[in-house]
Amino acid sequence: MDMVQTEKLVYEYEKRDEEGNVIGMSRAIDEVDIDVKEGQFIAILGHNGSGKSTLAKHINAILVPTEGTMWVNGRNTSDPEELWNVRQSAGMVFQNPDNQIIGTVVEEDVGFGPENLGVPTDEIWQRVEDSLKAVGMIEYRHHSPNKLSGGQKQRVAIAGVVAMEPKCIVLDEPTAMLDPVGRKEVLKTVKKLREKKQVTVILITHYMEEVVDADKVYVMDHGRVVMEGTPREVFSRVDELKNYRLDVPQVTILAHELKKRGLQIPDGILRKEELVEVLCQLN
Amino acid sequence: MSIKLEHLNYVYSQGTAYEKKALKDICLEIPHGEFVGIIGHTGSGKSTLIQHLNGLIKATSGALYYNGENIYEEGYHMRELRNQVGLVFQYPEHQLFEIDVMTDVCFGPKNQGLSPEECKQRALEALQLVGLKEKYYQSSPFELSGGQKRRVAIAGVLAMRPKVLVLDEPTAGLDPKGRDDILDQIAYLHRQSDMTVILVSHSMEDIARYADRIIVMNKGTVMYNDAPKKVFEHYQELEKVGLAAPQVTYIMHDLAKRGMPAKTGVTTVEEAADEIMRVLEKKE
Repeated sequence: MDMVQTEKLVYEYEKRDEEGNVIGMSRAIDEVDIDVKEGQFIAILGHNGSGKSTLAKHINAILVPTEGTMWVNGRNTSDPEELWNVRQSAGMVFQNPDNQIIGTVVEEDVGFGPENLGVPTDEIWQRVEDSLKAVGMIEYRHHSPNKLSGGQKQRVAIAGVVAMEPKCIVLDEPTAMLDPVGRKEVLKTVKKLREKKQVTVILITHYMEEVVDADKVYVMDHGRVVMEGTPREVFSRVDELKNYRLDVPQVTILAHELKKRGLQIPDGILRKEELVEVLCQLN
Repeated sequence: MSIKLEHLNYVYSQGTAYEKKALKDICLEIPHGEFVGIIGHTGSGKSTLIQHLNGLIKATSGALYYNGENIYEEGYHMRELRNQVGLVFQYPEHQLFEIDVMTDVCFGPKNQGLSPEECKQRALEALQLVGLKEKYYQSSPFELSGGQKRRVAIAGVLAMRPKVLVLDEPTAGLDPKGRDDILDQIAYLHRQSDMTVILVSHSMEDIARYADRIIVMNKGTVMYNDAPKKVFEHYQELEKVGLAAPQVTYIMHDLAKRGMPAKTGVTTVEEAADEIMRVLEKKE
């Protein structure tokens, strides 16, 4: 089943001058067709200003298409009647953990979402407990979110979304502000959620290492999808990615470099284990 | 010409229930002209440390010498220090406020008391240094992309011609090209002038590529203070404190574990490629 599907999605906004007069239109998304199946892990890459965050905001109807259609869990996001259903199907996690936490105690923050959905109190507590366990933060349930590290805050933010039991979670650069271990924590949490709850995950990131496990990668440029495929397919096209201001994981660069220097190394190496294996066989 | 910290301590909210020792007995010396990387987990004290360097935060105890003078001594010219040590904060583009790029970059030199002509001269120079195209000079800073805004913000500090440039995570949130552009530009500036650069970053790969020396902060203390190769040899200890080594360092360690006679003190892709080729060619 399709979880997120778009058909020629266009998003335009008005450009205004200092007096607020409209001086033209700007197209942030230009006829995008994407198709995400239930339970998939999808990554979206693209440089700053390529339109990836604008696209993400369509998935839970923060923005609605100017032209074309977006369906989330079979519901048309342009239909005002479906707004709450769409938002219950897709939850979002943003870059800055400090902007997403509103509660003064961790469990209160996580309960905020389901409370707004009108979930009965007993069930709210159950969900809070389940989602804090799912992100590995249950021992912090009575703590103040202020005192947590960046990675921990981001896990609480994810728990807050999980407690709303969405079928799909969109993460917009969730690790950009974190240290390496915080980054690892968040990714591990996302992986666990996929395994335990079969949630569909759409991850937007600038860290190429984070997408090697994705089922599919979309690359955006100027509001259009310019590349799509498995991580191996996409990361084999190093030069093309560089043109789109992107990069490949460091291990892929090293493999590429060694190949240029004459070693027999296959294209599209993504994990350090693969490269180590190949090199040990050459040795 | 150097920055020297002696037994520096800093305590937040001293004497209250929220008292927190952010820096503990820091002893460091940063010679002039060095490119220093500072790494540490969130909350390790990196940002608190760099805010001491231009006197934004005053140490609870200890001393900070800039070019041999203790900045905490009575009568010390703090204003002069701030002219010489330029600080670029995290997400500096949030501090842009003027109507156009040029005016924004002129703000620093204007406050230094320079004439409008001199300000403009400095701003032009700084904008060229960060590589922003001339067609944007009269644009509103808010119309620019994330990477461009950040360049303008950095230019605003460069226009004050600092002797020491301190950058707190200058590439957070930028795409890979934007990240490389800004760091290459800073490395270029560092080579061209005798400016000291102090770079705080969460990217071990970036730090390994650019820094002459790395200072590792952990829980308010200096954990390591050494050349990148030496520091990343301690990759297991670094992981315990929220950090890591560059991906290539792990690859070299894995190869060594599998019995390949490769050196492990490798921190960049080029070095790794050289070392692997050396081992494999020797074999033949």
